Amino acid sequence: MSEKTANMKVVEGSYAVAHAVMCCRPDVISAYPITPQTHIVENLSQMVADGELDSEFLTVDSEFSALSVLVGSSAAGGRCYSSTTSQGLALMYEVLYNVSGMRMPIVMNVANRAIGAPLNIWNDQQDAIGARDVGWLQIYAENVQEAVDATLQAYKIAEDVQIRTPIMVCMDGFVLTHVYEPVELLDKEKAEEFLPDYQPADILDPAHPKTFGAFADPSTFTEFRYQQFEAQQKALIKIEKVAREFEETFGRYYGGLLDGYFLDDAEIVIVTLGSVIGTIKDAIDAMRAEGKKVGLLKVRSYRPFPVQALRKALKDASVIAVIEKDVAIGGEAGLVTDLKAAFYNSNIRSPIIGFTAGLGGRDITIKDIRNIVAKAEVARKGIQSEFEFLNLRTEIL
Amino acid sequence: MEKSLLAPGHRACAGCAMPTTIRLVLDAAGPNTIVVSPTGCLEVTTTPFPESAWCVPWLHSLFENASAVASGVEVMLKRRGKDTNLIVIGGDGSTFDIGMGSNSGMFERGHKVLYVCYDNEAYMNTGVQRSGSTPFCAQTTTTPPGSHSQGNPRPKKDMPAIALAHKVPYVATASVAYPVDLRRKVKKALQVNGPSYIQVNAPCITGWTFDAGTMIELARLAVESGLWPLMEYENGELTGVKKVRRPKLAAEYLKLQGRYKHLFKKAECADSLRQIQALADANIARYKLVD
Repeated sequence: MSEKTANMKVVEGSYAVAHAVMCCRPDVISAYPITPQTHIVENLSQMVADGELDSEFLTVDSEFSALSVLVGSSAAGGRCYSSTTSQGLALMYEVLYNVSGMRMPIVMNVANRAIGAPLNIWNDQQDAIGARDVGWLQIYAENVQEAVDATLQAYKIAEDVQIRTPIMVCMDGFVLTHVYEPVELLDKEKAEEFLPDYQPADILDPAHPKTFGAFADPSTFTEFRYQQFEAQQKALIKIEKVAREFEETFGRYYGGLLDGYFLDDAEIVIVTLGSVIGTIKDAIDAMRAEGKKVGLLKVRSYRPFPVQALRKALKDASVIAVIEKDVAIGGEAGLVTDLKAAFYNSNIRSPIIGFTAGLGGRDITIKDIRNIVAKAEVARKGIQSEFEFLNLRTEIL
Repeated sequence: MEKSLLAPGHRACAGCAMPTTIRLVLDAAGPNTIVVSPTGCLEVTTTPFPESAWCVPWLHSLFENASAVASGVEVMLKRRGKDTNLIVIGGDGSTFDIGMGSNSGMFERGHKVLYVCYDNEAYMNTGVQRSGSTPFCAQTTTTPPGSHSQGNPRPKKDMPAIALAHKVPYVATASVAYPVDLRRKVKKALQVNGPSYIQVNAPCITGWTFDAGTMIELARLAVESGLWPLMEYENGELTGVKKVRRPKLAAEYLKLQGRYKHLFKKAECADSLRQIQALADANIARYKLVD
């Protein structure tokens, strides 16, 4: 983290992200209100109302329409922004595939929240993890500062002509959207220098009529998909490059694809994503003081999934514990499944155990992390339980 | 005649009213036009990658979001100071049913977009299933006549009334059989500073089953029978009605189509035929179609 500057302020996470969006100068913002995303779009509305932000802000009839509006605006050459969560992201599902398939560099903050039933407005990451295969890039923020910085970085990644892929910047609902913490707000001029105006490759223009959204039959459909797949592979390099460029301009860097905490000599490594990392770092500090060789690997980029970087980062771990706020009902969970797949053809043979925790807003505490580390120590000698729900209240089952 | 902005070589059926309708709309709008289309026959017959029949910029996203997509195009055109015609052209399935929320939003927000529905009264692209636009007693693959059915049990949804309820400043019906009227209405709609809606009767040879050479005659009969009144509303007021000079009975229109043939085979369908004639008579009275 750089030295504190005059721009460091104690603000709500949603305001900080809205301010970052303002610094990205989107032409069109379209959104539908859903808790806990509301404060982001309310702040943006106020900025537009006050003339602080020169964007077209469309209040629409649904999340489905919110993202659909941006399909039109993007095709007409605009830089586009939306934000949603949970049920809203689910309602967008069909448009998510459409945006990525049409290679539109739209950026969206996802204020991660549980999906019903049962109805639950609190934080977990089922929404975004459930949308891992829709062709969007996904970056997960640990804290408000990272959410702010990733939002600016996202446009630079998405708009690269080699990438042209939409991005979800995921931030835990309430935990990050509603928290007040010290944040260095982006400097508008520096942001403009870092992210110049959008130069679309193709736009709807009667002087040069083009057809957007044609249908592809079996003779070409696979190649369209392959190009999306290839763009995600290219994004592995671009994400890291942009993180470094950001560091040069703003002085902050916390990993492009991944970041480690006490990773070098760690025997037990916890792998996770999102805001729970703060708690895990505190737990690691305490355990390190007791002489336990515990470390952390933060997955910042979940899509593209950084297979090679993960293999390199985890090659010396003797046991790996994955904690995540989602569950693949009928399977295990997103991150642990992907991690196992990434290692199967490598020579890493350390045990991997998975924990679903923090669903529907249940707290994950330092005690829970210690509990997981204790289970990992057991697994090191032989896996007893490959995957489990942490802190299951068996008394109410 | 100038070169059409919808090129030949598209894959629509012979005898389909849709491409004729689109050509008339584009003729009236001219080349300074952007078209947004939902999924449907129009999309699949005109844009098999890497081919396209469109000589104006054309954008397709999904089945139910064309109006939202067009809203997004419109705000960008305004932002860039472009005075370009923006037209949504979609079938009745996307217009009456699955895209209703998106249409309602576009109407209510007042975007300067002309929405043209080519109305062939069922889901033709998927094989003639019933839509909210399917008329009373019409046979579709999901409203087949049988011992317990006389075809579609419900009357057609009144989509122009829905547009009017949104205070859409220009709402009209038109027909592929009345090209001068259709072109005039398109030009008028494009002058409106806000949304406009034109619903065009567009017979589907596959779904309605008729002889390919009779498509225009059939569309004309729909108007002359009173089942498809040609009217226009400006700022909520009825300002124009196409008078019918040679009124026809509804049965003359119905009996040319396979989708109604069950009505003429069974005695118990006589009452349904009377009900359809009553719908036509009500239109004739309401719009004073006959002098």
